Amino acid sequence: MQSKMLRLLQWWFMFLAALLPLGWISYNAWIFNLGADPAKTIVDFLGQWALHFLWISLALTPLKHLLGWSGLLRYRRMLGLYALFYACLHLLSFATFIVGWRWDLLLQAFTERPYIFVGATALLLMIPLGITSTKGWQRRLKKRWGQLHSLVYLISLLVMVHLIWLIRASYFDAVLYGAILAWMLGYRLYLKRRQLQRRRGTAAAGS
Amino acid sequence: MLIKKADKIKPSEITSESVYLNRRRFMQGLAGTAALIAAGSARAIPEYDLDSDLPRYPGPDWLQGLLRASEPNAAFSSQEDLAPYHSVISHNNFYEFGTGKKDPAKNAQNFNTDPWKVEISGEVDKPGVYNLEDIVKPHRLEERIYRLRCVEAWSMVIPWIGLPLSQLLKQVGPNSKAKYVEFTTLQDPQRMPGQRSLFSSLDWPYVEALRIDEAMNPLTLLAVGVYGNALPPQNGAPLRLVVPWKYGFKSIKSIVRIRLLEEMPKVTWNETAPREYGFYANVNPAVNHPRWSQATERRLPSSLFNPNVIDTRMFNGYADEVAHLYAGMDLKKWF
Repeated sequence: MQSKMLRLLQWWFMFLAALLPLGWISYNAWIFNLGADPAKTIVDFLGQWALHFLWISLALTPLKHLLGWSGLLRYRRMLGLYALFYACLHLLSFATFIVGWRWDLLLQAFTERPYIFVGATALLLMIPLGITSTKGWQRRLKKRWGQLHSLVYLISLLVMVHLIWLIRASYFDAVLYGAILAWMLGYRLYLKRRQLQRRRGTAAAGS
Repeated sequence: MLIKKADKIKPSEITSESVYLNRRRFMQGLAGTAALIAAGSARAIPEYDLDSDLPRYPGPDWLQGLLRASEPNAAFSSQEDLAPYHSVISHNNFYEFGTGKKDPAKNAQNFNTDPWKVEISGEVDKPGVYNLEDIVKPHRLEERIYRLRCVEAWSMVIPWIGLPLSQLLKQVGPNSKAKYVEFTTLQDPQRMPGQRSLFSSLDWPYVEALRIDEAMNPLTLLAVGVYGNALPPQNGAPLRLVVPWKYGFKSIKSIVRIRLLEEMPKVTWNETAPREYGFYANVNPAVNHPRWSQATERRLPSSLFNPNVIDTRMFNGYADEVAHLYAGMDLKKWF
């Protein structure tokens, strides 16, 4: 009973903590504290937090293996959904604050700007993952569910390309997030190889 | 001298004779009063209402008098709304002080720009290392209101104070071999933290250049002040270029060297990404940056209720003054 209470508290804590970036940027927009170009500041900030949540949700597996942190794994769905949530806000704020819903500009942005196209593709691919993130869908799709959700690796690579194509004066963000992503994906490949080797090993021992 | 071409005057702008005569009589009556007012007005630059909680930059003693004596140049003005002072001093691209828009205002405050020397060399009659004071003092400073269009597709309207670059160049006497003017920003990683960054895509020092006829064009300004005061360090103190028909990155900041050259020099952004940034970098809505459109711009400050998207104009609206410089050139090729 007590542990159930604790879990509920934890859940609410995580749920509310993930809303803090949104609260922070909204508050600063409200008090006009976002400088001369609040539009750009908001769009960049929301995009960055979409990336943070995606990266955190991808970090959980390696962290579990390396440090034994499995507690957070329970929140992977929530974190992934927050990545989708912030990515949607990122796109909406771009359309609203940067292009002011001028359809000609918007269409042009999506068709002629490769970095926007790539970012939009990543967001588009996240939507089916968000929809099928429930337990019901997990049950219904069975093995397919895992296959579908491995799209997240492709999505993270698209996000990375989106980020690299935005570089102007500093490689810092691209190097930082790129190195983390390389580590997270590389670690999965390593796990997979070891798994295969082990299976082969047991198969050989069995014969 | 800017000469307004006859074809720019619309018939509706021409005053009818009766109004003209009436006005003349009215003015005659006022003449005496006007003379009195003119004698009393010491300063023609408007007293800007700068927010009292923001820093001001009075500049070194020798400059203060020159700034006070400066006058607006009506030929280089604008009816557009000025970007507010706080936007002008807090939204800067000056990668020597960091890559964020707010970084320069944060990191440049202790950047001391007095004394300051400028080397002038190359194809000139009077090369040398000059004290900034000695270069600027012989000139009358003027205020000009220019649109500044950043290559990132935002823009501001800014009241600069400075002198035409052509005046300075005449002072040092370019010789007949001088075809280009190259400018170099200070390189001093101790004082410019951005130059210590391991992740910068730019090689220091920052270099920009103009063709000699661009440099001699009356629009090209060497600024020492903005908003009635000296330049803040984040805006390129103590001496910067302002070339309003080109993307902002051509308007190089904190200049320590001006060289007159026979050959086209290498310039920083063009070296960094030649597909994206040309030598000319003229504002041109018909030639997009490979990664974004240049057809429109966001006039800052924008608000969340209005993104303030406006159409970008050829040569940033200065076509009458500069289009002839590029007659016969394919501007899609020479972007």
